[in-house]
Amino acid sequence: MTARKPARYSAFDLVRRGLTRRDWPRSWREHDLNSSYDVVVIGAGVHGLACAYYLAANHGITNVAVLDKGYLGGGGSGRNTAIIRSNYLTPEGVAFYDRSVKLYENLAAELNFNVMFEQRGHLTLAHNDSSLRTMRWRAEVNKLQGVNSEVIGPADIKRLVPYMDVSPESRYPILGALYHPPGGTIRHDAVNWGYARAADVLGVQIHQNTEVLGIDVVGDRVTGVRTNRGAVAAPIVVNCTAGWASLVSALAGVTLPITTYPLQAAVTEPVKTFLRTVVVSGTLHVYVSQTDRGELVFGASVDPYPSYSMRGSLEFTEELAGHVLELMPGIASLRVLRQWAGLCDMTPDYSPIMGVTPVDGFLLDVGWGTYGFKAGPVSGETMAELVATGKTPELIASFDLARFADGRLVGEKGAAAVGH
Amino acid sequence: MLLIPCPHCGPRNSSEFRYAGEGRRRPDVTAVMPPEWRSYLYERRNAAGWVRESWYHTFGCRRFFAVERDTVTNAVRPGSPA
Repeated sequence: MTARKPARYSAFDLVRRGLTRRDWPRSWREHDLNSSYDVVVIGAGVHGLACAYYLAANHGITNVAVLDKGYLGGGGSGRNTAIIRSNYLTPEGVAFYDRSVKLYENLAAELNFNVMFEQRGHLTLAHNDSSLRTMRWRAEVNKLQGVNSEVIGPADIKRLVPYMDVSPESRYPILGALYHPPGGTIRHDAVNWGYARAADVLGVQIHQNTEVLGIDVVGDRVTGVRTNRGAVAAPIVVNCTAGWASLVSALAGVTLPITTYPLQAAVTEPVKTFLRTVVVSGTLHVYVSQTDRGELVFGASVDPYPSYSMRGSLEFTEELAGHVLELMPGIASLRVLRQWAGLCDMTPDYSPIMGVTPVDGFLLDVGWGTYGFKAGPVSGETMAELVATGKTPELIASFDLARFADGRLVGEKGAAAVGH
Repeated sequence: MLLIPCPHCGPRNSSEFRYAGEGRRRPDVTAVMPPEWRSYLYERRNAAGWVRESWYHTFGCRRFFAVERDTVTNAVRPGSPA
């Protein structure tokens, strides 16, 4: 694979191209599909692209193809609500997501692409004693891992979010919140495009509209994939899909404990900035943040029944609007601009499934439920290390597929169920 | 929004119901090995297409019944009795 010299994005270049009216070069190239690669990655979302990028950047493996049946970043990576945080419940989870936040902090400089990561602080509200107890638990686990989290009271919440109704007379009074200052929001498309562009520069091939129809396994070894554009031989195939992870794995004969649910989100018309912090309420099944453009982004919990349909529903919008107004009655006249859904591969313990499978060379980076985007960089980094060294990195060792048979579940529901 | 065909109450809005999942047979707990138990506990078909599943009419007859649903389009039709 040929590397190429990138166009360096800078303020100077912006002015120069503005004056000379020269076009920007394409961010990534299109290629014919080769008959073999060293590594095939299925899924051109943040996980697949990050895996390919770190394979090339950290390990010098550039004969890599990233295949996607649709367009780049068109699945969960372009449908999530772009919230980044590391205030999880289990020590394994906290260490893992903390590494991801660290990578995100430096990502714009590393990829030469403005990913607009803003660490505006993240509030998870507690409306009853049991959630307040979970918040205290999470705060202590976080502090022991060196992650900045603390429980704060209604007065401090009011200072951070003046529009919030923290009065004891509200239907679900706010007793406190887990405050996580390093949490924040990011521009998810920029992350996908940044990884794609940086991987392309290093020689990785990105193939959009290339659907994997079959995975070839000889004995208990993977030998390649069959696509709508022809067969591709590869000794290593990494499944980085979301939504279709269990169906893609089934092509290789690997059964996964995954059930796919849609998760709906919505965005309002833009207004002047009034909400800096990300606000999450598990009791009310809602999370809210305001984008740089001024739109409010709302997300909910997953739909009440599994489905592969990505249509929105009126029930969702009604319920969501009701819950948001419990928190911030003052925004009642804001109009919802659009709503959408993304697919979430839910696992029994709300932790991902990463690493090796019974099929040699067929690796998993799946089961990302409702928390996949924030884990993109660290997943790419660790999966690339696994591919390059053949050894499962410590950071993801507890997320292996075998844990379900061995009874080693990593119960993350208390921090992952609605808190995004 | 789904219209669920309850065999006892007729078609009603899905918000009256609780999704109860794919039906599964519990293995003999005195003889089962871990892989089989794992499969019973955690593995689902998760099919994209027509599936047969149980629903429970929480705000109605409070009975379980079978429904067939296309998980890609969310089209629903009555399921044959188990």
